[in-house]
Amino acid sequence: MSSPPGRRARLPSHGSGRSSEAREALRRRLQGLIDGNRVMIFSKSYCPHSSRVKELFSSLGVECNILELDQVDDGTKVQEMLSEITNQKTVPNIFVNKVHVGGCDRTFQAHQSGLLQKLLQEDAAHDYDLIVIGGGSGGLACAKEAAILGKKVMVLDFVVPSPQGTSWGLGGTCVNVGCIPKKLMHQAALLGQALHDSRKFGWEYNKQVKHNWETMTEAIQNYIGSLNWGYKLSLREKAVAYVNSYGKFVEHHKIKATDKKGQESCYTAAKFVIATGERPRYLGIQGDKEYCITSDDLFSLPYCPGKTLVVGASYIALECAGFLAGLGLDVTVMVRSILLRGFDQEMAEKVGSYMEQHGVKFLRKFVPVMIQQLEKGLPGKLKVLAKSTEGPEAVEEVYNTVLLAVGRDSCTRKIGLENIGVKINEKNGKIPVNDTEQTNVPYVYAIGDVLEGKPELTPVAIQAGKLLARRLFGTSLEKCDYINVPTTVFTPLEYGCCGLSEEKAIEIYKKENLEVYHTLFWPLEWTIAGRDNNTCYAKIICNKSDHDRVIGFHILGPNAGEITQGFAAAMKCGLTKQLLNDTIGIHPTCGEVFTTLETTKSSGLDITQKGC
Amino acid sequence: MHQAALLGGLIRDAGHYGWEVAQPVPHDWRKMAEAVQNHVKSLNWGHRVQLQDRKVKYFNIKASFVNEHTVCGVAKGGKETLLSADHIVIATGGRPRYPTHIEGALEYGITSDDIFWLKDSPGKTLVVGASYVALECAGFLTGIGLDTTVMVRSIPLRGFDQQMSSLVMEHMATHGTRFLRSCTPSHVGRLPDGQLQVTWKDHTSGKGDTGTFDTILWAIGRAPETKSLNLEKAGVKTSPNSQKILVDSREATSMPHIYAIGDVAEGRPELTPTAIMAGKLLAQRLFGGSSDLMDYDNVPTTVFTPLEYGCVGLSEEEAVARHGQEHVEVYHAYYKPLEFTVAERDASQCYIKMVCLREPPQLVLGLHFLGPNAGEVTQGFALGIKCGASYVQVMQTVGIHPTCSEEVVRLRISKRSGLDPTVTGC
Repeated sequence: MSSPPGRRARLPSHGSGRSSEAREALRRRLQGLIDGNRVMIFSKSYCPHSSRVKELFSSLGVECNILELDQVDDGTKVQEMLSEITNQKTVPNIFVNKVHVGGCDRTFQAHQSGLLQKLLQEDAAHDYDLIVIGGGSGGLACAKEAAILGKKVMVLDFVVPSPQGTSWGLGGTCVNVGCIPKKLMHQAALLGQALHDSRKFGWEYNKQVKHNWETMTEAIQNYIGSLNWGYKLSLREKAVAYVNSYGKFVEHHKIKATDKKGQESCYTAAKFVIATGERPRYLGIQGDKEYCITSDDLFSLPYCPGKTLVVGASYIALECAGFLAGLGLDVTVMVRSILLRGFDQEMAEKVGSYMEQHGVKFLRKFVPVMIQQLEKGLPGKLKVLAKSTEGPEAVEEVYNTVLLAVGRDSCTRKIGLENIGVKINEKNGKIPVNDTEQTNVPYVYAIGDVLEGKPELTPVAIQAGKLLARRLFGTSLEKCDYINVPTTVFTPLEYGCCGLSEEKAIEIYKKENLEVYHTLFWPLEWTIAGRDNNTCYAKIICNKSDHDRVIGFHILGPNAGEITQGFAAAMKCGLTKQLLNDTIGIHPTCGEVFTTLETTKSSGLDITQKGC
Repeated sequence: MHQAALLGGLIRDAGHYGWEVAQPVPHDWRKMAEAVQNHVKSLNWGHRVQLQDRKVKYFNIKASFVNEHTVCGVAKGGKETLLSADHIVIATGGRPRYPTHIEGALEYGITSDDIFWLKDSPGKTLVVGASYVALECAGFLTGIGLDTTVMVRSIPLRGFDQQMSSLVMEHMATHGTRFLRSCTPSHVGRLPDGQLQVTWKDHTSGKGDTGTFDTILWAIGRAPETKSLNLEKAGVKTSPNSQKILVDSREATSMPHIYAIGDVAEGRPELTPTAIMAGKLLAQRLFGGSSDLMDYDNVPTTVFTPLEYGCVGLSEEEAVARHGQEHVEVYHAYYKPLEFTVAERDASQCYIKMVCLREPPQLVLGLHFLGPNAGEVTQGFALGIKCGASYVQVMQTVGIHPTCSEEVVRLRISKRSGLDPTVTGC
């Protein structure tokens, strides 16, 4: 093995101190080497792969800085730190112009694809340090954080109008056509219930209270408008360039931005973050794009949707069906197979049965096959033909509105990823990344709903985006933790959960190692209102072989979101059944039910509540 | 009744959310009271049934000690029953105190023992005191539309975090409750028209003043029910100051076979769930072979004022007193609940603070949450604190969007930094 040309890096010895300080000092030294050298190779003198890489750079006539980990005292520690920074445990570990290229194979691949040459040419020649594609929760969080860290950042955000022509402002799905408007419409529906309850609590008004869709929608849209404006303002304050154009990669490090009028501009950046999210899926049946709406359209619909068919059983489908029914509309949900796929199925069925008891019709094991317009109007009349998934049976029914909520597709197929070689999962369009959110192309990262196998939730995208910016441009090593992410489905009876579903827990830990504690409960406020006893339900799943650690938390009841959050924090801290037993409840709340769970599912004992 | 008041607020919100309700909507006290009372009666009945089911003998008699193993019970009609037992648990709780030195106080005033059982609306009400009982009652009375005044001698919510307490009061004041601060009543009398006239002294101005009310509610504190127990006959000692029964960590009094739990025991938080748990654990130790003691640290609680206040762990003052200002870091935020936006509600007092040790990993010492559903929000975090949560761990918890409780896991601004703690945007 001939030794390639190159300076030997010298590491100054470091003083002893507390281990965290020593670690921090080491990290800084390594970052200094990465930032301070055009090519930085961490290798081992005897490693054949390392030699190949050194030879490659030698043949390119590129000077490298090389640190031989087997020849320095703290080589093992350096290697551990590198694995934290890059998520790569092995040597050689190569950086070119501050970009982590990878090991031997990745470097040779980059050489073949031309990426390596491109990376070598870099040198502050880019327009931006970072371009973020997509101005949703994750993208904005990442862009702002990078700007705070002093980087030159651009955000490209462009909303392609829905087939019905709906589009919206800056902020992405959550703000415009997701969490925010849906929670507000859910609140409107809850207020309908509150009005109903309030008579029992002594409030007096005429029984027939009508709901005005336009008043509600206008108020919600005004609020969203103020949020859009706020986002623009905060980007401006942080000197993030915001361009309302559609971004598409044209070559390495270069993106083409096309605006509404078709005007094109090109921008280059050292690093890219893909945060383009997802859009609702269509069925591909006759009449779907022409006549159906999706959640992209519903929240700004200028007229009351009237009698509505919701197709799908995702949380979006059930939430929309729930609040529409709560506002007094005639609502049917058409379900192909199961409710709330991926969620605990016992809970999912309870969510569904509560909805059914409160006026939502369910048409199970049916799929629509054709949508026909009978009458135009606001709303018009649509005829839906559906067939059974189990037999020849078909049904036909007329609705004013058909809302499709059959899933969402990643916006990854039309952004030129093929031009720079970013791999996507061809089946679902999702982008696979390592645990530092890096794609197969080293300078391209992805966050949010486009990620494969990660929860599709706003706070997750925000957390991932912030932490990514801090790792890329700051001194942090903290990675986004995708474990025990809590969430809540805002159906008429809210469902909050954190950790594993019962099915998943059984699959991982086996039934005999688990203990499930559960109970039905009756919120105090419901008693006087005379609302359903023995409907709200609480369940925890404990791992008997690990100190009865709580690995699944599930609650069906009012304010489930508010309740679940704190328990999620507790699960982060290793919550066990014993700790639940030792904690005192807050009386009278729903959350306190978890501090007095006594009945195990395996006991088969009755959990219906008779009194207080 | 707090819920009734909240519903009043929701009815006003409803218009903004598209419900066409003709405002204002009047409230009928009788209807509410009857519903609440029926529910309470059903609970009373439920408790009796439960006792019966478990074969616990229930005597509706007033008990006092004869000697250390014997109590004498007097029934309504005067009939006496002597009962003896190996173990005796005193759980007589407390009752509201009257300011007996004030003329007319007992004759014309009522307490929280009465308010929930009033058949007719209390009308224009003066609440005297600033305990949580006082503020909760004043809050719901205001909420159902009554003209309500609170007379405060010194500080509100003694024992609670004082910044939070001020915000609770500020919120009530901006939502229609009147406050008379640094005032103490001196006389209550009845006017010819039946109204009550109260005379008080304003200690700030030094002047006297009077006002007329339909109802005077005393909420100046509670006294333990120990006087009529003849505790001295059993040798059970009480605190000379509070009259509460002195107990050890096993809830035993100065007599090892006599125990005291709940509000009657010295130094215990006066909260239902603590009493329940203390009672259960005591029974398990006495008869179930258990040795588990009740842990009175980090007991969470919530004050159900119009804007609810939930807390667990130390107040900021207490944390500073124990650890010193330089070792305490307080993270805080003013936030706006999503539902408030469309309803055009004022969120000036929606505030959260987390009191932590300053030294990494910044152990959480206390959490204080002011906002809707504070009880529900606080419960889970109480668990977290029980698990020894650090600031870092709480921050690593992913939020649930959109909720109020997610603001807790997004607390980034420390008081020390002096930065604006107002949450903006998502």
